Amino acid sequence: MSKPKLAIIPGANCAGCDYSLLDLGEKIIDVLIATEIAYWPTAADLKLEDLEKLPDGSIDIVLFEGAVNNDETEEMAKLARKKAKNLIAFGACACFGGIPGLANVASRDSILQKAYIKSLSTVNQQGIVPYKITKVDGGELTVPELLETVKSLDQVVKVDYYLPGCPPPLKLTADALVAALSGKLPPKGTVFGSMKSVCDDCKRIRENKRITEIKRYHQIVPDAEKCLLEQGIVCMGPATRGGCDAICPTVNIPCRGCMGPTSESRDQGARMLSALSSVIGLEGEAGVSDEDVRKLVLQIKDPLGTFYRYTLPKSIMRRVWGVRE
Amino acid sequence: MVEGEEIRIGVYVCHCGVNIAAVVDVKKVAEELSKVPNVVVAKDYQFMCSQPGQNIIVEDIKEHKLNRVVVAACSPRMHEPTFQRAVERGGLNPYLFEMANIREHCSWVHEKEKSAATEKAIKIVKAAVAKARLLKPLKVEKVKVIPRALVIGGGIAGIRASLDIANAGFEVHLVETRPSIGGNMARLDKTFPTLDCSQCILTPLMVEASRHPNITLHTYTDVVSIDGSVGNFKVKLLKKPRYVNEAKCTGCGVCVTKCPWTVPSEFDLGLGKRKAIYFEFPQAVPLIPVIDPEHCMYFQKGTCRACEKFCPPKAINFDQKPEEIELEVGAIILATGYGLYDVAKNMPEYGYRKYKDVITGLELERLVSATGPTKGHILRPSDGKEPKKVAIILCVGSRDEKHLRFCCRFGCVAGLKHAYYIVSHIPDAEVYICYRDIRTFGKGYEEFYERIRSYENVKFIRGSPMEILQDADGSLYFDVFDANTNRVVTLRPDLIVLETGIVPHPTFKEVAKVLKCSVGPDGFALELHPKLRPTETSVDGVFLAGAVQGPKDIPDTVAQAGAAASSAIALMSRGYVETIPYVSSINEDLCSGCGICQPLCAFDAISLVKKEDGKQVAKVDISKCKGCGVCVAACPSGAAQQLGFDDEQISAMVRTLTG
Ligand code: SF4
Ligand code: SF4
Ligand code: SF4
Ligand code: SF4
Repeated sequence: MSKPKLAIIPGANCAGCDYSLLDLGEKIIDVLIATEIAYWPTAADLKLEDLEKLPDGSIDIVLFEGAVNNDETEEMAKLARKKAKNLIAFGACACFGGIPGLANVASRDSILQKAYIKSLSTVNQQGIVPYKITKVDGGELTVPELLETVKSLDQVVKVDYYLPGCPPPLKLTADALVAALSGKLPPKGTVFGSMKSVCDDCKRIRENKRITEIKRYHQIVPDAEKCLLEQGIVCMGPATRGGCDAICPTVNIPCRGCMGPTSESRDQGARMLSALSSVIGLEGEAGVSDEDVRKLVLQIKDPLGTFYRYTLPKSIMRRVWGVRE
Repeated sequence: MVEGEEIRIGVYVCHCGVNIAAVVDVKKVAEELSKVPNVVVAKDYQFMCSQPGQNIIVEDIKEHKLNRVVVAACSPRMHEPTFQRAVERGGLNPYLFEMANIREHCSWVHEKEKSAATEKAIKIVKAAVAKARLLKPLKVEKVKVIPRALVIGGGIAGIRASLDIANAGFEVHLVETRPSIGGNMARLDKTFPTLDCSQCILTPLMVEASRHPNITLHTYTDVVSIDGSVGNFKVKLLKKPRYVNEAKCTGCGVCVTKCPWTVPSEFDLGLGKRKAIYFEFPQAVPLIPVIDPEHCMYFQKGTCRACEKFCPPKAINFDQKPEEIELEVGAIILATGYGLYDVAKNMPEYGYRKYKDVITGLELERLVSATGPTKGHILRPSDGKEPKKVAIILCVGSRDEKHLRFCCRFGCVAGLKHAYYIVSHIPDAEVYICYRDIRTFGKGYEEFYERIRSYENVKFIRGSPMEILQDADGSLYFDVFDANTNRVVTLRPDLIVLETGIVPHPTFKEVAKVLKCSVGPDGFALELHPKLRPTETSVDGVFLAGAVQGPKDIPDTVAQAGAAASSAIALMSRGYVETIPYVSSINEDLCSGCGICQPLCAFDAISLVKKEDGKQVAKVDISKCKGCGVCVAACPSGAAQQLGFDDEQISAMVRTLTG
């Protein structure tokens, strides 16, 4: 009997998910023994042609990492889908668009202008901006072209399983691989992780969520026992799917939300916003003026990066500009 | 409804006479809806709310085996219960019903765009169908009502309400923070417009309340906490120590005469004196004195004990401790009354508290009262002389954007009555009434105004005084622009009486917090509806009587007290309350116990509890939940859902409307 095939295909990623696999330690050898690597550019000397040559649907497990941000990663996503029996969105970027997805606050052109022309550290006398076909000295260059909108994997192709996290928690990766290799995968569409939020795993004591002031992380030394949110630090734990064992709050770092929304929520950022705006300034609410409310809310620096750090492309908010006819 | 059962929906489009049908093509709506999946019948009818209209639903449920019903008609506020009952008569759970509002939301606002209105109506009804598919049967539970009431506040409102409830055969506990019941009315000498002696009409009621077998008085007692909900409130009271054994005390008053220490009397608003052991006032009910430890030499220095020595029945007990009392009641009446606006602090231009001869109307009442500090002679505080020229200033603080926006509703007529006091006690006195408008809305008030206006020595000046100043000789004077004569008049009165605005009694704030009942912008209790439900509050089973709800004179206070009592009686005689079906439901499998929801619930329905595995989850007490949805909107993980309005149902509607 031939071994099950495994492919790890990168999209717009930072390779962190890849490296996290190394954290499997010796277990990775078991994985390597139990599977046949069909494609894994980071670790195996296989070419794209090798992947393309395989019959459609022949790869048992495909882990796709990263968001879809240009026509090349879009092609890779489609290829991954074609070859995969089980396509797993691996990591926050593949699941929700992730950090690259924050680009969706700007239009593609303004991003290119900023990166290649306007930023102070750029020296680009000829003013070359890389579009699909770019004229340079002595000829034309063809480079992958940025899409107008960064997408999660499932906004491009159908996804079978989700393994969120930045990077995905090791335990969940191991669970998923074991399940896949033993043929005991859960129903399609399953997200590996907990049904509840990070708070469920967090050992910190929660007693009073009436928050009077938002503090930035460097402004206080948080109490080690008390819920961070209750100390005024924006912790995304309540709006974030658990399964990570709350490793960040456990070491005094607020949850940033990399596990994405919980099972019953569709928009992590909106959920957290409505939760936070419900409890902030709750004490003495009757006497609070509009100006006071403004001041309270302005204490939250970088709201977009706080509430939508990993999930902007999957938000139910729609871009109202930059949409081309 | 059985899980997996086929969904069979009946849709009924109402013409509402011409209200809907003149704009919306109701036939077309029904026709379009009949094509929607799961819709088994779709009909239009003249008046769905009529008996024949309702019967169509009842019969169709049987004939077509419907298990969901959608009526497209008016606002659900009006007829949702009507149709729910019809659905129930058809044999379905009444909450397997959905209403689509195509009148207020469509025909009434799109009169001129008939075809677009029809399209919109179709969408609205389709959205209702989308939700109807996902409806689940909901349960209403009956909760027993404890046949006992708590009345907070022992003024005329609280006394009247207590007597009415007690006379209906229910047990009442009447709580008063002061040592005696009676409230502000006990301070008045006479009541307008009939000029009855206030004490003479109040005292019999006070005595009746104290003797009534169904009434338990808790004087000198504060409310500490109130938990639970309509029908089943758990109340904690704290009885302050009087240092007098109530069972032994005969009310002889020897202690008071023997006590060597005097301090200003609260009841006389500081104009008179009382002892360190004192009766609130001579007709106090109960007639049992209290020791004020702050001024008692024994408590302060450890000596004296005169009262103890002379008390014939040995009733003094310096070791008395505060006593906690626990009660369970089914209904609560708030009757905490009013306090006076702090003119000294907020309106220094009137010189109140700065000049002795500037007093409030309530203080004048004490001066006129036979049991007051001057034994009923109007003598001015500074030198004890009879004032010959008195200025009465109306609307002090009231109807003033910078102070109190509202009318106190008794200041004008009280001012007229005060003019009467002056001229009847000091016939040669001159009275000047400075007013902005004279508002005499009550029965007999206008006649009373005419009467006072006819007095030669009572003059009316239309204007508010400028700053009240003092001359070198100590006399007070002020200028006032009289809008009737267009002249500035300078007055030099011997006594100035301020008809001050009123505010909710200071104890109300605490009570409102404990009860979590809504408070209006002026600090008075907010009624459920200003016209139609003036005695009810946002907390079921809690009713309002008197000035706690807003300024009132005595007749209105008594009338409202009766109304509040009858609301409480109705609740207790029915004996049960029904829970709301649209409560919040927290799914324990999804709740992470993050605690966001808990502080948000205005009705204190959510608590965080630890499960056996040590994990925390939020729990809703459905007898307290009002289905406001606040926790549902705030829950960041989607664990909290509002029954009848869950995410899935609402999303289905939104998708239909936008798709
Ligand atoms: S620290 Fe963060 S994850 Fe932990 S309980 Fe508080 S909000 Fe939840
Ligand atoms: S002397 Fe004794 S019995 Fe008389 S009033 Fe005082 S405490 Fe009561
Ligand atoms: S907000 Fe939601 S998850 Fe948090 S405790 Fe309340 S119900 Fe549970
Ligand atoms: S729905 Fe409203 S009343 Fe009910 S538990 Fe939630 S916040 Fe409280």
